[in-house]
Amino acid sequence: MTLVLEAAVLGILTGGVYALMASGLTLIFGVMRIINVGHGALVVLGAYLSFALFRSLHMDPFLSLVVTMPAMFALGVVLQLVFIRPLKTDREALSVLVTYALALGIEGVLGYVFTTNFVELRAWYENASFGIFGFHITWVYVFGFALCLLILGALFLMLYRTSFGGAIRATMLNRTAAQLIGVDVDRVAAIAFGIGVATAAAGGVVFGITNAFNPGSHYDLISRLLTIIVLGGLGSLRGAVIAALIMLVSEDITQVLISPVWANFVFFVILVVILIARPQGLYGVRVRDRI
Amino acid sequence: MRKPLSMIAAGFALVLSACGTSSNTAGGSPAPAAPITIGVSLSLSGDFSGDGKALQQGYDLWAQDINAKGGLLGHRVTMKYVDDASSTQQVVTNYQTLITQDKVALVFGPFSSLLTIPASTVTDRYGYAFPEPAGGGPKVFAQGLHSIFFVQPAAVEDNLVSYTKFLLSLPSDQRPKTAAYATEDDPFTQPQIDKAKSLLEAGGITTASYKVYPAEATSWDALALQVVNSKADVAILGTQEPDAVAFVKVFQQQHYNPKSIIETTGPDQGKDFADKVGANNTEGIMVPAGWTSSAKAYGNEKFTIEFVAKYGGAFGDISADAAEAYSVGQVVEQAAQKANSIDNKALITALHSGTYQTIQGPMSFDSVGKPQGGVGVYLEQWQGAQAIFVYPSSVAAAKPEYPKPNWP
Repeated sequence: MTLVLEAAVLGILTGGVYALMASGLTLIFGVMRIINVGHGALVVLGAYLSFALFRSLHMDPFLSLVVTMPAMFALGVVLQLVFIRPLKTDREALSVLVTYALALGIEGVLGYVFTTNFVELRAWYENASFGIFGFHITWVYVFGFALCLLILGALFLMLYRTSFGGAIRATMLNRTAAQLIGVDVDRVAAIAFGIGVATAAAGGVVFGITNAFNPGSHYDLISRLLTIIVLGGLGSLRGAVIAALIMLVSEDITQVLISPVWANFVFFVILVVILIARPQGLYGVRVRDRI
Repeated sequence: MRKPLSMIAAGFALVLSACGTSSNTAGGSPAPAAPITIGVSLSLSGDFSGDGKALQQGYDLWAQDINAKGGLLGHRVTMKYVDDASSTQQVVTNYQTLITQDKVALVFGPFSSLLTIPASTVTDRYGYAFPEPAGGGPKVFAQGLHSIFFVQPAAVEDNLVSYTKFLLSLPSDQRPKTAAYATEDDPFTQPQIDKAKSLLEAGGITTASYKVYPAEATSWDALALQVVNSKADVAILGTQEPDAVAFVKVFQQQHYNPKSIIETTGPDQGKDFADKVGANNTEGIMVPAGWTSSAKAYGNEKFTIEFVAKYGGAFGDISADAAEAYSVGQVVEQAAQKANSIDNKALITALHSGTYQTIQGPMSFDSVGKPQGGVGVYLEQWQGAQAIFVYPSSVAAAKPEYPKPNWP
């Protein structure tokens, strides 16, 4: 029983990390109606930027976010302007190709600069843990979960308590109508894409400190992140959080209760059952209504 | 979604056709002293990319050496590498392309049993000799192919035999009573763990936990927790490098201090492994190894000096993968001299008889390419931030550290 509890706690903590990574992806879909399959590569890029700062300046990975998040925000805005905005027709379909090309490009550049060897972010607290109820919780997961709460909280505040957030929600609700009432939807889209990419940097740090990664790690990541936002409901931040927790907790508990081999299967059974009951995902009703 | 899918397909088709049009002058039966190309599919991206890169270093160094000696029977050698992204499908396509379109004279093997098995069916179909450095799982030999040659001292399933002998040789009051096993469902790792488990159970060591996990898993924390909760005296893990690192980290986080930890791959990656887990945390961790930079085997000193000169680092940083790849070249070189030919049929015949000297020691091959009568696989242990041979005593540079010290 202790092991199940441990697995559940671990699932919640790592689920927070996946929620953070998926939040940018679902935000970008919500605003622009594009599926950014390059999001996993951007997470890995964020991890590598922190890795580079650690290697050259011995900067703490979490502290490096002060540098990497603004840099990734700027990169996101540029990427949106250069690659996404020019897509005037059939943008939902074409964006998949464009962002996939972007992912391959990022992977290639990272492979050239950092080689394809696995690396891992290092910090004094990576192996430090504290005891509670007879087992040990690792500080790095706690810090990661706290960072997730902080950034997701800031995102919610921005979306629901600021006028810019109102513009984003208006754009998510109806792009044309938002344009008619004076919202500069191109500006909103560029900034939202930037925010989405900046959250990838944050997710990348926690991912990189808890997993060995290399430029090809984005393939596994993007498949999991896409699954999370489909389960949560495309465009729903809250859905992404809940879905990430369901995925990681169910997988970890299955691993210890049944077998690691069944972990993915059990999660996908849950996914299929939920999608049969709610094809729009857990929190996808409003998103569908908004279309 | 039909349109983007068709466009993606068109894009891939273009890429594939571009690959297919690469020119190569080397034919299957080159004229005497004509330059030849040796084709290899390597995992330069994906899960095995670290190992793939190390194999490339070993192959390149051998090609440099053989060309410095005037070539392979006078044929100047060029290596052609194609990335398989650690994919069992892509590796098949790659060898098919290398043989039928690039018309390479010879082929060398990729990384891991997982990729060697599908690749070997292609190379065998075209009658190519397939000396390979990293596919030694039982399923490789179960195919019964006569063209495959596993260039390592022992078949993979025997890799942990030395370790089991070491544990069972301990005085009864020190000998572990329980063992926890966890392994990828990979043809390289699982046979090693299964054989170790059966030998240790026969020797009276109880199994506290046995878990098999998918090779494509990306998170191992919950799994490692199970090993921790088993409170076993020894942890025996069938890992590649990323999960090897993850297990060590979780053990340390959970303050789990088994008397001994052995991992099938990971700790053999030298500085790369130490960088990931922290040099202080490596103390006492074991790995089966057939090669070490300090071994006195045929050509090893030259190999290590040249390797460091070419790629930098220290002797202890050289990956065993690179040494295994270099050995493939050595075996082919001697087989070509013996057959006085680089024809694949002649090479296959030559490789099935005689003994070949490599930097991993002498080796010969049975009818299905399984290494015979070699030096066996030793036991390497991290001591003082470097991995050294500790068992058997005939090759040991130091005594095994047992029990393993607690985490710092």
